[in-house]
Amino acid sequence: MIDKRVASLADAVAGIGDGAVVLISGFGEAGNPTELVHALIDHGASDLTVVNNNAGNGHVGLAALLEAGRVRRIVCSYPRSSHSEVFQSLFAADAIELETIPQGTLAERLRAAGAGIGGFYTPTTVGTPLAEGKESRVIDGREYVLEMPIRAEFALIKAECADRWGNLTYRLAARNFGPVMCMAADVTIVQVRRFAELGGIDPETVVTPGIFVDRVVEVPEPMSERAAIERQERYP
Amino acid sequence: MSERLSRKQVAWRIAQDIEDGAYVNLGIGQPELVANYVPEGREIVFHSENGILGMGPEPAPGEADEELINAGKKPVTLVPGGAFFHHADSFAMVRGGHIDICVLGAFQVSAAGDLANWSTGRPGAVPAVGGAMDLAAGARRVFVMMDHRTKDGEAKIVERCGYPLTGRGVVTTIYTDLAVVDVGGSGLVAREIVDGLDFSDLAGRTGAPIRLADDWRRIAAPAL
Repeated sequence: MIDKRVASLADAVAGIGDGAVVLISGFGEAGNPTELVHALIDHGASDLTVVNNNAGNGHVGLAALLEAGRVRRIVCSYPRSSHSEVFQSLFAADAIELETIPQGTLAERLRAAGAGIGGFYTPTTVGTPLAEGKESRVIDGREYVLEMPIRAEFALIKAECADRWGNLTYRLAARNFGPVMCMAADVTIVQVRRFAELGGIDPETVVTPGIFVDRVVEVPEPMSERAAIERQERYP
Repeated sequence: MSERLSRKQVAWRIAQDIEDGAYVNLGIGQPELVANYVPEGREIVFHSENGILGMGPEPAPGEADEELINAGKKPVTLVPGGAFFHHADSFAMVRGGHIDICVLGAFQVSAAGDLANWSTGRPGAVPAVGGAMDLAAGARRVFVMMDHRTKDGEAKIVERCGYPLTGRGVVTTIYTDLAVVDVGGSGLVAREIVDGLDFSDLAGRTGAPIRLADDWRRIAAPAL
């Protein structure tokens, strides 16, 4: 019998070791697995490499993980969004490494990892500083840059609904990086607002099939990072 | 004294060049204004990089949902016919040449269509690129919306960009407070100029060789 449901957030993040590469879903304040990230803070792993589109909001979720000093290196496309003050001060103090990747290249490098692709050529970054040192090649008269997959040991994802096989649906634009990150990690851990019975999700609406998912945990009322920022909330 | 177009007028002018049926990505900030001036009778589908086609305007007060936001992380709505999808699909639309037009702001554009809009290159500046390089390389047409000169009077249309590039040879048309300038194989061509400004004055405020289109005209923007 397959049952990927786990009883607690602590069980969900069990086994994440020091030095791990961890993918974290979300874009701005939409789709962040804030409760899983808080469980990771409690769990205690450090020296992490984190992949996210941004670099944390306010003093909760990813920003709190950074503030707790657990992240050695962050890989993202846009670390300068509003409410990224924790990252900004760490970066100014030279206390964190940053790799900036164009957003589409980030998504495709994750997808490549999940799909078993060893690398791909893209015209994005040609002629820019972000192409420096990268192999390039002319295909049909156009220059392309070689990009490599981003594989991770763990992914922390927020979705809307899961069954015990790990089939997932998402809500609105909170889907963003979830599906590609689910594919790209050895162990994919998902928080959902609710569980459905097996067969309770219309198969036509499954966005991430359970094959890409390892653990699901129910968080019925996830924190609003936007509201937490307004309340100047901190974690822990 | 020539008249400068307001930002809203530049946004209006850009909207006139977006054809019925186009799939369009508007950059964060000023380009977002373009959505307000779509001519009546044209159906234009707005794409947001975070996985939305058919993005609609800001929601009514109290209707905002933090899981329905645009690339600038502001609350938006979905129009009937709209769709959600994940990031790899969203950027397949951008990088695969499926987006007809993107409208981006810029620090500088070169005569060859090089775009600089993501980093000042200042020491200590946090490098943050988002989707700009993907849009620059992947959209079929790249429209730039910017002032013709900086606040200090320096040309923003230049022979060579001094700022780090976002993309090389990617810009199609530049819409400024003074003119509409096409960028092509034969260099910069002024297609439209604001009332009261001579072409020679425009050329003097442009940091690269520019010529006047044979069929050039004055920009006819409504008061906005």
